Amino acid sequence: MATTDIHVHSAVHGHDDHGHDHEHEHHEGNFWTKYIFSEDHKVIAKQFLITGIFWALLGGTLSVIFRLQLGFPDMNLEWLKPVLGGWITPEGKLDPEFYLALVTMHGTIMVFFVLTAGLSGTFSNFLIPLQIGARDMASGFMNMLSYWFFFVSSVIMFTSLFLQDGPAGGGWVIYPPLSALPQAIKGSGLGMTMWLVSMALFIVSSLLGGINYITTIINMRTKGMSFTRMPLTIWAFFFTAIIGLLSFPVLFSAALLLIFDRSFGTSFFLSDIYIGGEALPNVGGSPILFQHLFWFLGHPEVYIVLLPALGLSSEIIATNSRKPIFGYKAMIGSMLFIGILSFIVWAHHMFVTGMNPFLGSIFMLLTLIIAVPSAVKIFNYVTTLWQGNIRFTPGMLFSIGLVSFFLTGGITGVFLGNSALDIQLHDTYFVVAHFHLVMGSASFFGMMAGVYHWFPKMFGRMMDDRLGYVHFWITFIGVYLVFFPMHYIGIAGFPRRYYSWTNFETFSGFADLNMLVSIAAVATLAAQFIFLFNFFYSIFRGRVASENPWKSNTLEWTTPVNVGHGNWPGAIPNVYRWPYDYSKPGAKDDYIPQHIPFSETPESNLPSENEQIKLESNGSGAIVVDKH
Amino acid sequence: MASTSATATASWDGGSSPMNASYGKLMMWFFLLSDAFTFSALLITYGLVRSAHPAFEGLVNEFTFSQIYWPVPEKVFDAVPFLHGIELPLVFVGIMTFILIMSSVTMVLAVEAGHRMDRKAVEKWMLWTILGGLTFLGCQAWEWSHFIHGTDAGGALRDGTTFFGANLSLNQYGPPDFAAFFFFITGFHGFHVFSGVCLNFLIYYNTVMGVYDRRGHYEMVEKVGLYWHFVDLVWVFVFTFFYLV
Repeated sequence: MATTDIHVHSAVHGHDDHGHDHEHEHHEGNFWTKYIFSEDHKVIAKQFLITGIFWALLGGTLSVIFRLQLGFPDMNLEWLKPVLGGWITPEGKLDPEFYLALVTMHGTIMVFFVLTAGLSGTFSNFLIPLQIGARDMASGFMNMLSYWFFFVSSVIMFTSLFLQDGPAGGGWVIYPPLSALPQAIKGSGLGMTMWLVSMALFIVSSLLGGINYITTIINMRTKGMSFTRMPLTIWAFFFTAIIGLLSFPVLFSAALLLIFDRSFGTSFFLSDIYIGGEALPNVGGSPILFQHLFWFLGHPEVYIVLLPALGLSSEIIATNSRKPIFGYKAMIGSMLFIGILSFIVWAHHMFVTGMNPFLGSIFMLLTLIIAVPSAVKIFNYVTTLWQGNIRFTPGMLFSIGLVSFFLTGGITGVFLGNSALDIQLHDTYFVVAHFHLVMGSASFFGMMAGVYHWFPKMFGRMMDDRLGYVHFWITFIGVYLVFFPMHYIGIAGFPRRYYSWTNFETFSGFADLNMLVSIAAVATLAAQFIFLFNFFYSIFRGRVASENPWKSNTLEWTTPVNVGHGNWPGAIPNVYRWPYDYSKPGAKDDYIPQHIPFSETPESNLPSENEQIKLESNGSGAIVVDKH
Repeated sequence: MASTSATATASWDGGSSPMNASYGKLMMWFFLLSDAFTFSALLITYGLVRSAHPAFEGLVNEFTFSQIYWPVPEKVFDAVPFLHGIELPLVFVGIMTFILIMSSVTMVLAVEAGHRMDRKAVEKWMLWTILGGLTFLGCQAWEWSHFIHGTDAGGALRDGTTFFGANLSLNQYGPPDFAAFFFFITGFHGFHVFSGVCLNFLIYYNTVMGVYDRRGHYEMVEKVGLYWHFVDLVWVFVFTFFYLV
């Protein structure tokens, strides 16, 4: 790499330190190059964030529409006609096929567009260069492409909502043969084709992003930022990107094969099917095979969604407890272990497909082992909070909320991972409750925590705390009111994805619980508008932030309030210590940022750290390696 | 982490590239890792579907095409251009494989010439590599076309009618999935080869224009070389699973 000493003049972009390569030619930007086709990681992060917020709002609204059907089966939905048009039947009911499409799109949007692109895309992009001390991503151009592939993919998925036959309707897992046969349901027609095309583009986007994140972390760290000094956020993004890199291509293969089955007459996933008494010509394929391929992505995807949220909350909890994170290496180890396990447990989604029970018991064992690293993480969060000097900022509250959901939802995972219990619980609302808490809400809270915490660095202004508290408490209580009753309904055998349950005598006793869930869902969605107002208002009118409002240790807080392209106006700071020197005994302040050398903090140094001072003075900056 | 690295510029402690690998090269490696999973998924799918079909049990020289069992590959792929009617099992695909592997050798020579900053030699070896890639694609086109048009006798479908050649839904050689996987996986690989040829041409063009001389290094040749070797390696697996086993 070329020199790192770069001077960014007030309005002029700095030269990038990896300037010997071609893709960084920054002219004084006009509107288009500065905000639209930007190669600046911070702008790209904001693009991901805003797009993610749009999708979250849409995904949430879809869920409220189908919650109306579930909670108030007799309600006259005539008033939705101006929006939903033909999807409201003449009797004022929701069209059953559209109900399936709503469930499918809610899942797809939330899992992929909000919690993968919106979460990982936003914070990996924003924080990786800032926290490891780099001017930008390894390849700004690929980073820009990553966003625009995501954008095109979004446009296609969004357009599919307005098709005559509606968007994809086979569930977000798109199992064939249902999804492979356009004559099966409306939702397997053009909507499904667009779903597949959109997801193929989405995978390209996540690949471009992921490759960039990994190489940036490996190659662009500033002097002294060894792997053992990286904040846990960066570790989390690192593992997330690797998991995505290895699992998404498998979904890509499956999607391509499915496209051929749908449109070109192959039988990869189809065999022996009768529709309306007519035998289809397809023989030889296996629909179970698709499930294997899908869940080889699908299960790691859970951790692609969750790990970044865990990383963000680790950082926020340590900062706001004014304590070093408890068990830094155990946190890394558990994330690594979770990442590895995530690839060898996929068949626990398929216990009831007629799988060999012996194989089921192996997958059960591997699944239950995940409880160990997960528990390590929970205990480490709690022990970090223990006797901390806790500041309840909105970001902190959302992080603690994440820990709560991760625990509540994680415990039900132990039930579901059991291949015998799964016979009763499979495809019931128990599953819905489980994954909405442990992966949906936990990751969503991690994302919210991240937005509240890093908003000052993103926009140079503070969000309003009081609105943040209101937003937190309504959402937190709302989420539990929505998902806790679902456990009871689920244990009773109430199946998911059913349009109507009022004809089953068994389930009629749950009408009141379903109503409660739906009311809570509406309230929770409504509370998000408080956030939206706070977010957009604060961008323009919020209190101006200081450089380091949370008194945090990591490198991003050493940048100016309004970070320019190139991140640091002068030289990139060197790193001399790990990022969790909070409340170090003897220190003047209760925090010592990473770029402060040990030679400046003799009062708080440990004996081993005093020995590193002489390595600092040789000007190399790199301390850990003895060079001579 | 207190190990002493040989050169101060290649440590894992920040401020330098670990193992002196540029980010571009790392990106290519990670992309290839990802692509390896794409191909693995396809080949595993193929393997599982194939193993779900019965294999031909009798003597090889009594083999006939049937929809009941998976065909014996050497009985399907036994044609060579201009030698109509002569059975030469796997000869043509053997030649194809040899050409592709030779193009990897010429790629290595191009990379080596790049290290010496020898522009003329890079041009020469890149041209040979491109030629090898194009020849492979040409051979594949012929093989596909032969596969699609079928043998003179054709084969019986399940309903007893005679069918010549193959398409994505039906084929004369065996169960429908046999041809479908053949088209899909060799096609997917062929598309990779095609992209590789395009990239190789781009490298060749840049070399001729002196781009890498001005840049001071020929690392792009190396990066694209990695891709080309990977495509080659994948072919070894495709070749094994479709033609040999």
